[in-house]
Amino acid sequence: MKYLKLKATTFLIAASLASPLAAQEAGGRLDIVVQPEPPGLMLGLIQNGPTQLVAGDIYESLLRYDSDLNPMPSLAKSWDISEDGLTYTFQLTEGVKWHDGEPFTADDVVFSADVFLRETHARLRASLAYVESITAPDPMTVVFKLKEPFGPFINAFENGTMPIVPKHIYEGTDFANNPANATPIGTGPFKFDEWVKGSHIHLVKNEDYYVDGLPYLDEVFYRVIPDAAARAVAFETGEVDVLPGGSVENWDIPRLAEMDGVCVTEKGWEFLAPLSWMWLNNREGPTANEKFRQAVMYAMDREFMKDVVWNGYGKVATGPIASSTNFYSDDVTIYDHNPDKAKELLAEMGYDGEPVSILPLPYGETWQRWAEAVRQNLSEVGINVEIDSADVAGWNEKTSQWDYDMAFTYLYQYGDPALGVSRNYTADRIKKGSPWNNVEGYENPSLDEKWAAAATMVTPEEREAAYLEIQKEIVDDVPVAWMQELTFPTIYRCNVNDLVTTAIGINDGPRNAWIEK
Amino acid sequence: MTIFAVIVSRLSKAILTLLAIAILNFFLIHAAPGDPAVVLAGEAGAADEQMIEQLRERFGLDQPMYVQLGKYVAGIVQLDLGYSFRQGAPVVDLIADRLPATLLLTLTAFVVSLALGIAFGVAAAARVGKPSDTALTTMALLFYATPLYWLALMAVLVFSVWFGWLPGFGYETVGANYTGLERVLDIGRHLILPAMTLGLFFTAVYMRMARASMLEVSQLDFVKTAKAKGLSDAVIRRRHILRNAILPVVTLAGLQAGQLVGGAVLTETVFAWPGIGRLMFESLAARDYNTILGVFLVSAAMVILFNIVTDIVYRIVDPRIGARS
Repeated sequence: MKYLKLKATTFLIAASLASPLAAQEAGGRLDIVVQPEPPGLMLGLIQNGPTQLVAGDIYESLLRYDSDLNPMPSLAKSWDISEDGLTYTFQLTEGVKWHDGEPFTADDVVFSADVFLRETHARLRASLAYVESITAPDPMTVVFKLKEPFGPFINAFENGTMPIVPKHIYEGTDFANNPANATPIGTGPFKFDEWVKGSHIHLVKNEDYYVDGLPYLDEVFYRVIPDAAARAVAFETGEVDVLPGGSVENWDIPRLAEMDGVCVTEKGWEFLAPLSWMWLNNREGPTANEKFRQAVMYAMDREFMKDVVWNGYGKVATGPIASSTNFYSDDVTIYDHNPDKAKELLAEMGYDGEPVSILPLPYGETWQRWAEAVRQNLSEVGINVEIDSADVAGWNEKTSQWDYDMAFTYLYQYGDPALGVSRNYTADRIKKGSPWNNVEGYENPSLDEKWAAAATMVTPEEREAAYLEIQKEIVDDVPVAWMQELTFPTIYRCNVNDLVTTAIGINDGPRNAWIEK
Repeated sequence: MTIFAVIVSRLSKAILTLLAIAILNFFLIHAAPGDPAVVLAGEAGAADEQMIEQLRERFGLDQPMYVQLGKYVAGIVQLDLGYSFRQGAPVVDLIADRLPATLLLTLTAFVVSLALGIAFGVAAAARVGKPSDTALTTMALLFYATPLYWLALMAVLVFSVWFGWLPGFGYETVGANYTGLERVLDIGRHLILPAMTLGLFFTAVYMRMARASMLEVSQLDFVKTAKAKGLSDAVIRRRHILRNAILPVVTLAGLQAGQLVGGAVLTETVFAWPGIGRLMFESLAARDYNTILGVFLVSAAMVILFNIVTDIVYRIVDPRIGARS
């Protein structure tokens, strides 16, 4: 009896200790940097980073994902996948209203996925190719019927992938030129209030949000500050509270992180999982030779680059799939820093010193330094390297017209190899004019079949085995030089709680965030 | 010629100049590598042919160059600068939103640097060879030689980060919703650092010019005559020397107005000042053709306007110019 009492008391003490810490406080304002200024806030039309950062608070999708990529409720409160993997049934959350007061129903979902996004959203269109029909048997139920099983389909309900837009505003209109795009109407925790171009975007709390108590914040200001150094200053002087990943140059992060009351997190990139690599032009020049490409991998000290160029943030990549993406395996050939092995391979292929160029990504100083580090490593094994340069538009032009030898890039993976990985390696994605496909020109028909098969297998176990085989084979071919899994740390004031709670991090941030006063 | 006739003649020439500038810029910008449709599609993180074709068609980029040019020029004549691909809004609106901020910044920098430059120049010339002259000249040389970008960052570091006296960026306090005088003062506080940064270089230039010119004019015969007439030094300086010495400074100021607009691109970027300089910088990166062309045209118009104003000021300062022609 005494023992039981003691146990109960301990529990009570623990509970009482825990509760005041967990008491969320409502109210307050959050200032977040957005860079560059978004081109627009209609998430159904534009899904680039800055737009998703801001409009992710205004629009919502059927599901959210935790940091292990497990689906969580959002506009759908529950879902069911049939055993054959062909039917996805969603029960919608009750009591959801659009910001203009209209009720949200299954018709909005059908319209968004089947009409609006099919026309406007290139990336979703690829997944919708597997869909036979989208129907609303009743106002609170939506059914997606697939033509064949498509394993990653459950990952296609993220906000940047399938944002739900209001049918009553867009049906029968010219989507791109609808005047309503300037005053976005969503179902999300915050409503659009004002956009002062070149200065800031102001969102205010949605008082009618369907989750009781959420959001805690009264308002969010997204601040447009075009210069990286000025963004760091804005944080130092307390003008802004949050620097989303990539807002400041990497070498500024440690300095800001050491300030009093400043927290840094690498979490919140699990869904996007940006993986960086250098395209190696498989068509011509020394990079067309597999031995040369392997030599490049062995020549590079990627751990050093991560520690020095990226200040230790990120993780050296082992192959085409990032470690937070489903079906990742490190059971592949590991390319450690081994200059002797690189020299051997170069000798075997008979490399004659023909110069190769490197095109860095024009995204700031870090990328320039990264290219310098690669050049130094490659020079050490006798590869003759020149560094090319271009601005964003020029980089797009050179890479999408295949006018390069080695070019830096990174791509989001969206949780599944079939959504964000295979597109860079299969022969059907060799098309001039886009920097988002198989730019390197890698062709491997037997692997193409394996990628296609793995996408449509029903059980995760089958898919796991298939992707393991693919990873083993492709890592030996080195179609591209995998560099590292990038993490872009979010820097924020420690009194901002629950800012990064899902797999898309700050894009979902203000919904749950609260400020400790 | 009366001032009115001068204005009419200058304006008609200005219109032709602007049209030529528009056409030249049109070809220049299309010659730069990079396709706006690919950049736009690229920003979406995925692009297929369908999307790029949609974009090209929507923006008329699928039409031959001469058709695009014809449409553009026809638009300009009707004061329509086209539609921004990237921002989804008429370029005229985008520029109208941003122009006041740029005008405020450049005009403040222009007026303040001209006034200070002349004042310091006159003061230095009056004390030529003395320590205060040396100090002023050295300072001018320093500001003349310092890169704008570095100066801006240092100004922010000192006045904003270390002392916390002045806001380091932005146009006004976001979310404060000031009105009336409070708002004016708030914008004024935000204006100080960018205007100072942009203006210091020009202050230095005008000061050195004013000083040299004052010294040169003070050696002329009519100054000796004035002295012989028994006029006081102060009166001679103000009425006789300054009036003549100021002409080259005004000429220079007119010529440098263009540089001021150019400098605004950098200053606006560092200080997050929401003007057209930054709009140009950002549109260039996105190959947002119409917006770039629009900003080019408006800044060209500003330079021409500055020059016309200089011409008029010239005539007021030196009535001989009007009388001769």
